[in-house]
Amino acid sequence: MFTKKVFLWILGVILLLAFFNSFLASSHPDGLERVAEDLGFIDYSKDSFSIFSDYQLPIGDGLVATGLAGLLGVGLTYMFLTLLAKVIINQKVVKQDEN
Amino acid sequence: MHIPDGFLDLKTCIGTYLGTAGALKFSLDKLKNNFAEEKIPLLGLLGAFIFAAQMINLPIAAGTSGHLLGGVLAMLVVGPWAATIVITAILVIQAIFFMDGGITVLGANIFNMAVVQVFAGYGLYIVLQRITKSAKMSVFLAAFLATVISAGVAALELAISGTIALDLVLPAMIGWHLLVGLIEGVITVLIVSYLERVIPNRLELLNYRVGDCGVH
Repeated sequence: MFTKKVFLWILGVILLLAFFNSFLASSHPDGLERVAEDLGFIDYSKDSFSIFSDYQLPIGDGLVATGLAGLLGVGLTYMFLTLLAKVIINQKVVKQDEN
Repeated sequence: MHIPDGFLDLKTCIGTYLGTAGALKFSLDKLKNNFAEEKIPLLGLLGAFIFAAQMINLPIAAGTSGHLLGGVLAMLVVGPWAATIVITAILVIQAIFFMDGGITVLGANIFNMAVVQVFAGYGLYIVLQRITKSAKMSVFLAAFLATVISAGVAALELAISGTIALDLVLPAMIGWHLLVGLIEGVITVLIVSYLERVIPNRLELLNYRVGDCGVH
């Protein structure tokens, strides 16, 4: 599908975006938060259960903490999707064998 | 556009969870019949890219930001069924690990961004391609409009929950997401054009009509 060069190039861009997310991102509220503030229902918002409280790992500070959170996020997404795809393909193979 | 816990009432949370569960089951079944092994790295990279892009809020107007949702991008690259799974995976990881979007409202967030945005984009893209004759224009408009529709559905959920009146929240959500949609449209066109250049004829939906409509 990808040449090795293209794969590494895309991966590099993803890792850079992920690591420097806090540096690159605007800290302004997004569309929904802005609407909730303007219309006065932002206070309904409750913290939910999650492993980390934001895109910030409890390691290092500033750029390191947010950068590692970004890398963890893209790593988890990549691993989860490739694993799931492999499971789906194995099921397909098993199904074909049965027929 | 990740809804936090507390914005939606119980019936809306349960209703959207049920709708989402049905859509996911259907998508996985569809995928089992037509997912090619060679697409695995593409699926992983696509998910990783959209996860990274979703963290990067871009300023859209004074004091407000927006980021790529990515459902239409994913739909064009791997097809609507796989796209639903990709965006769902991202939303689940964001909620469980990073408190981006709540847990009780996760069904609603998946519904809005992984089901509505993806399938609104899919329907629009197919229709637009017949009308506009330009793949880039079709991609831009599908991404733009699907984002606005997704925001409209979120507004409906807020109104049904009794959080805020529909006549207030619907125009406000749609207004801001016209701007967010512009970002969605531009980024989707750029990424799809790049992918069509480096892996020609491998994108699921740009092959929908072979020939004069390829993005170059």
